[in-house]
Amino acid sequence: MELTPQTAGNSIVLSPTGRIDHSHADAFKRALDPYLRDCSADGARLVLDFSGVGYISSIGLRALMIALKQVKPQGGRMVLAALTPMVLEVFKISRFDMLFEIFATREEALAALGAQGGPA
Amino acid sequence: MKARIWGARGSLPVSLTHRQIRAKIIAALEGARGRALDDSDRIAHYVDHELGFEISGTFGGHSSCVEVEVWDPATTSEHVILDMGSGVRPLGGAKLARYGAGKPQTYHVFMSHLHWDHIMGFPFFTPAYIPGNRIVIHGCHEQLETAFRRQQEPISFPVSFDQLGATIEFRHMTPGQPIEINGLTVTAKLQLHAGDSYGYRLEHGGKSMVYSTDSEHKLDNAAERAAFVEFFRAADLVIFDAMYSLADSISVKADWGHSSNVVGVELCQLAKARRLCLFHHEPIYDDAQIARVLAESRRYAEITGEAPLEIVSAYDGMEIAL
Repeated sequence: MELTPQTAGNSIVLSPTGRIDHSHADAFKRALDPYLRDCSADGARLVLDFSGVGYISSIGLRALMIALKQVKPQGGRMVLAALTPMVLEVFKISRFDMLFEIFATREEALAALGAQGGPA
Repeated sequence: MKARIWGARGSLPVSLTHRQIRAKIIAALEGARGRALDDSDRIAHYVDHELGFEISGTFGGHSSCVEVEVWDPATTSEHVILDMGSGVRPLGGAKLARYGAGKPQTYHVFMSHLHWDHIMGFPFFTPAYIPGNRIVIHGCHEQLETAFRRQQEPISFPVSFDQLGATIEFRHMTPGQPIEINGLTVTAKLQLHAGDSYGYRLEHGGKSMVYSTDSEHKLDNAAERAAFVEFFRAADLVIFDAMYSLADSISVKADWGHSSNVVGVELCQLAKARRLCLFHHEPIYDDAQIARVLAESRRYAEITGEAPLEIVSAYDGMEIAL
């Protein structure tokens, strides 16, 4: 899965697209993995721009949770932004909205990261 | 076939508190304002169709017990029970009320596993005390008989197992090897739970249902997912352990042996099952919370874009005709 990374100040914005379900969750996780290593207290923060994601299933949510579990002990910060209304519903139904920082837009996410960790 | 829920609650029986009942009464009366409920029919219609079930009723209290009505209750003397949680006490009472103590009955019991909440009703199952009745307890655990005898040892219960008047037999089943009882086919499947648990698929007269409780699903195990999809395949009903949210079931409550509504919806849709019954409710959930989970599950089934799926949430007394 192509994540089209974009650097924005101290952060990297990743933009997955399509459905992150049983067929695509592995590809999503493999694409995400290289960025997780560098997401630490001294490294880049990650913004996952989900505006292009139409659906995420349980296994996609699990991939996100594993990523968060890797990043947190490293002192890194990974947030989500621009979820479509339907994907936001999935996060609420699954209670994943309680595990992740979710921002309405990419700009809000970057501002939050910049405000708390240096210039964006 | 018909499934009748006698115990929908997981882990531990619960009952409504006076505060919860008071809150329901106040909500019902508040909702009645301006409705001109001036005769019994209007009142009944309001309660049955306009109040939400979380106010007008309760999902209930007893721990796991499901009756499967396979044969014509007017003529049969044989009954099927899935698990013997505290719900089996009122089940036994209902059978005695219908058939009387003088007409021997046979109960075919299938045990998902032997944890306390699934066996605790047996010492209160009155038919077990009546000579002439026959209780055949099926299960895949080697300790099947030990578990039932042990909970009636003097340290735990005043009446020993050997004092029970009914004829009680234990039959060991092997997962994947179906057994047949008067045209009913029952197949067990190993599930992930502390000490193992087993799901059961019941088939009779062209109808099928699956009882799959106390079962954790590891999302990264594609082979197991495929095996469950096959086990649930085209079932008319899947009674499914939906105790936790997905987030809890794979994070703070991972390895606790339970699943979620989200995984239930996904597996049933992959299997093209007709109806999902959310079961084994978390004991800390009140009726409003369970109703919320039901509404969210129905919405999730729409969001996935997969096969249509009817979803209900188990409550004590619920009947589901297949």
